[in-house]
Amino acid sequence: MGAAPDAVLAAEGLTKTFGALVAVDDVCFQVRPGEIVGLVGPNGAGKTTIISMVLGVLRPTAGRVRIGGVDVAANRSAALERTNFAAVYTPLPGNLTVEQNLRVFGLIYGVKQLSARIEALLADFDLLRHRRAKTGVLSSGEQTRVELAKAMLNRPRLLLLDEPTASIDPSTARDIRARIVEFAAKEQAGVLWTSHNMYEVAEVCDRVLFLSRGRILLSGSPAELIRQHGAPNLEELFVEVAHEALRPAGAK
Amino acid sequence: MMRASRVAAVSLRYFYLVRGSPVRLLPMIAWVAIDIVLWGFISRYLGGLTRFNFVATLLGAVLLWDFLSRVMQGITTAFFEDVWSRNFLNVFATPMTIGDYLLGLVLTGIVTSFLGLAAMLVLATSVFGLSFFAYGAALAPFVFVLFITGISLGIVGTSIVLRFGPASEWLIWPIPSLLSPFVGVFYPLATLPAWMRAIARLLPPSYVFEGMRAIVTGKQGVRWDQLAFGSGLSVIYLAAACGLFAAVYRYALKTGLIARYSAETAN
Repeated sequence: MGAAPDAVLAAEGLTKTFGALVAVDDVCFQVRPGEIVGLVGPNGAGKTTIISMVLGVLRPTAGRVRIGGVDVAANRSAALERTNFAAVYTPLPGNLTVEQNLRVFGLIYGVKQLSARIEALLADFDLLRHRRAKTGVLSSGEQTRVELAKAMLNRPRLLLLDEPTASIDPSTARDIRARIVEFAAKEQAGVLWTSHNMYEVAEVCDRVLFLSRGRILLSGSPAELIRQHGAPNLEELFVEVAHEALRPAGAK
Repeated sequence: MMRASRVAAVSLRYFYLVRGSPVRLLPMIAWVAIDIVLWGFISRYLGGLTRFNFVATLLGAVLLWDFLSRVMQGITTAFFEDVWSRNFLNVFATPMTIGDYLLGLVLTGIVTSFLGLAAMLVLATSVFGLSFFAYGAALAPFVFVLFITGISLGIVGTSIVLRFGPASEWLIWPIPSLLSPFVGVFYPLATLPAWMRAIARLLPPSYVFEGMRAIVTGKQGVRWDQLAFGSGLSVIYLAAACGLFAAVYRYALKTGLIARYSAETAN
């Protein structure tokens, strides 16, 4: 399958093995501008491994990743200039203030008119009163907002979100989802979103990739997948697919 | 391609940390000051027993050796801030190249080590009468070799910790102490047994301390050809250290070390 010319992310034949373990097995997918793609699957399915390969911090055993047409393996730095991410397992340095963190990462991404961009993001994410607070002392929800502000600093064409709303309350999670959807639409950014919250995925994602044992088992819009498989909702479909995928070959 | 703003970001992060925490600023000055005071009084005492200029030879040697150690520690400490705050993924999943990152660490090391050097010089000159500046420009090549060697050791130290995980931190702090007996910080290389002299010839600082002793005592001329050889060695080691870091980084990309870096997972 060839990548669409306008794809912000194209993964082709992406494979990663660790010794005998095949963590990701010949995965192909694309993310188009303005599209939010959910990457879901049970723990150990390979979601974070795929994100690590897209971010260039894990070298694929085979296959390639292109961001905005730029091959990550060949020109990692250029590919990542218009990419950004937020992940629940990578908090920003807690010993820097919110504003300091944004300034340091703004420099790393070469953001033009950085001060103005920081002000806008602090206002957008309701962080103005926390600007001089050490990031580590903020609540989980506030820290998530800081990480998302950092993730949007460079107006990325591709935004990778690994469980961005994990461990935060439903109200804050709803607010964060709304901001991400708004960002994707306004900036025409592609978003690759992993989550274990199927209601969230059904609400925000245009397309869902069901991953199990490193392979994409199902792909389609949440509504299509529910209809095609006769499931009452995405969560039930997830449970069904995850059980099928985990069942040993030949077992009933 | 290297970019100045990314290099500046690495240094700025450390500047923010130091500015917000006197606990980080104090060790840059306090430990070297303690060394100078301790060795200053030892030198003064020994100087009272003989007519030999211990202040210049002993205290000068301590000052130069501390400078090398501080250059190394400046680099490794800036790196450790990313280790301690589990910031690797945030830093390396960006357009930051390893060249940007290393140069940022080195610039940070330069600033912090020169702060320490300034504190040592002020104390050694004002309290113990060490007249280092009297040697003028002749000092520059000696400082250069120590500086380059300190950078190389710092990069080797960061490579070790990147490869073996935060738990290996304790391995790198004693590196200068392990080298000091071989490079003749306090005594001529002729004092050493043959096998130690053979190792000393491979270590650039040994040419510095031999040369400095020649200048201070004035008994024999400085072997500039030897110092040039030491300079060449230090530059080769710097290139090798950068190569080592790049190799460890490539290994980390292959194994996913950066993506899951912590004390528990790195080994």
